[in-house]
Order: sequence, then C-alpha cells, then structure tokens
Amino acid sequence: MIEAHQITKRFLTTKAIEGIDLRIDPGKIYGIIGENGSGKSTLLKLLSGLLHPSKGSITINGEPVTRQSASTIAYMTDFDRFYPYFKVSELVSFYESQFVDFNKNKAEDILDFLAIDHEQKLKHLSKGNLGRVKLAVTVAREAPFLLLDEPLSGLDPMVRESIVKGIIQFVDFDRQSLVITTHEIRDIEPLLDEVIIIHEGKKLDQQRVDDIRMKEQLDVEGWLKRRTR
Amino acid sequence: MGIDFQPDRPIYQQLIDRLAGEIIREKRKPGDKLPSVREYAVETGVNANTIQRVYREMEQMEIVQSKRGQGTFVTENRDRLHELREQMKQTYIEYFVKDMSDLGFTISEMTEGLAEHEAKKGEKE
Repeated sequence: MIEAHQITKRFLTTKAIEGIDLRIDPGKIYGIIGENGSGKSTLLKLLSGLLHPSKGSITINGEPVTRQSASTIAYMTDFDRFYPYFKVSELVSFYESQFVDFNKNKAEDILDFLAIDHEQKLKHLSKGNLGRVKLAVTVAREAPFLLLDEPLSGLDPMVRESIVKGIIQFVDFDRQSLVITTHEIRDIEPLLDEVIIIHEGKKLDQQRVDDIRMKEQLDVEGWLKRRTR
Repeated sequence: MGIDFQPDRPIYQQLIDRLAGEIIREKRKPGDKLPSVREYAVETGVNANTIQRVYREMEQMEIVQSKRGQGTFVTENRDRLHELREQMKQTYIEYFVKDMSDLGFTISEMTEGLAEHEAKKGEKE
C-alpha cells in the first residue's frame, strides 16, 4: 500500500501540490485525472519517490518513500530519454541489468503482443512504437506498484487501444497496483477501478468508477467536467 | 476502442447485458465455455476486476456456472434461460418506457407508435 499524508510540494514560490491525502491499495487500478498543469504528474513523481514532498509524508508498505523505492515502484515517464542507437533487444538487456525484478521473457512476450520488431533501433521507431516499447519495459518489471505518466499521450487511437490491451494482458492484478495519469479519459476509463481528480494542486475528489456511473449517471469525463466547472 | 459503453450505467452491468443478450440469441449456447477472465478483459478492453464481477454476478443470477479449474460455462438449465429471456424483455421495455415518458409520450401513444412502426416495416418488406 502507498499512503500519502497531507503532502505539499513547492517549486520555489509556487505550490504544485497542496495538502493531499491518498491511499493506493494492492490489486487496484487508479486514474489520476485533471487539466494540464493541475499537478497530476508532480503527484505521480512524489508517489514514486523521484520528488520529495516539501511537507507531509509518503510511505510504501509502512516505509518512507525514497529514491531507493525504485525497487518496489516501476515508473514510466512521459519523456523519451532512451539511448537512440540501442536496438529494442539491447534496451531490454539494459533494463534487465538495472532492475532485479525485470522479467526478460515477459518483456519479449509484451513486445511480441504489441508487434514490435526486437531488432529495430530505437531512433527508427515511430512515436507509437516507442510508446509501446516504453510500456513493455515498464510492465515487464514485477514491481508491486506500476506508475504510468500519460501512457497514451499524443498516440493515435490504434496505438492507444493496443497499449490498454497490453496493460490488461500483462499486468498481474493479483500482485500489482497501477496508477495512471491521463487526460485520455475515454480510452482509459474501462480500465480503472477508481479515479482521483487533481485540480489546482489539490485533491478534489476520489470515487469508484462504478459509483460515479451509478450515483451520478455520468461517465468519468462528464463527472470531471461537473466537478471542475 | 473496443466497446462503446453508455455513460450513465456501470460498465459491469452493460457487460452482463451484453453477455446475457448473446446467450438469449444463442450466440453462446447452453453448456458453452465463456472466455477466461483475462481473455474477455483483453477482448473488451475492460479491467479484469470488472470482468470478475461480471462473471460472479452472472453466477449468482444462475445464468452461468463456474466449474473449479475448468472455467465458466453457460447454464444448461433451459427454464432459467427462458426466464432470463423474459427478464431481458422486461428490462428493455422499462428502458424504452422510461425514455419515452421522459420525452412526454403516454403509454397509449407508445403502443400506437409500436403498431404503426410494425405496419410500416410490413409494407417495406
């Protein structure tokens, strides 16, 4: 379980995140939604231990989160900073050398599922295929928590669909939790158990997707619009 | 993206209706094996926890039966399937009547409308 208590993150004088309480339970899929600049990516970095909160605390299974938490958290950034001259297969070997929980066979299975040529150089991959490769090497880690920052951002509908299906096929929901930031809400909604709205750095609401549909008779996008109006 | 879900009802309920519909029109026959939770999750693009709930609720409704270690199967109880067909009919009538009432139509306008619709369809054929 990841638990955040009253976390605040300041960059110089601007507050990016303010007073957020949050709990990530095992075996569930969470969506963090909100407008651009709302603070959702900052929140994800804080949960992953890549950023340190200015105030408040974050624990993973009771232990404080640090940069060393990377052993229990697989984090996928929305930047592409892979070494461009690597082949896909070399990237897989590199990941294997960096993470003890990296499952090389699983990575290869995911790449096959997503129809990626293992011998292609990264610099020759299309944006969509690079997105698929990023997902493959992240999900191939058997870490209890997978945090994905905007996994569908800027990708075309076919690629988005294959990424969603790759997540369903390969994430082990008996043992892994997933936290996804996104503004492609429609594509991601059927994948989510719960959604968290971040608005102007604060947590505005958190609900189960089924409850939103049942009680509010709205899909998540409609609910987000109503709550942030 | 996979299936177009309606915005105002939980996804698991829509998947139950979808599977129940396939069972009623015998696209899935009594005794047929349903896809595994994972397979159906990938096929529909839906969270595996949701699919688990779909199968669990359908089992409580006695439309499907799970056999340990083998998977989930459409029930072979024909009476239950007949009952399900009637239930689905009632459900869709309720949706229809609710939508039409919301638009201000009376029940007699609805029945007249249905008769006219049927008659027109007859002319075309």
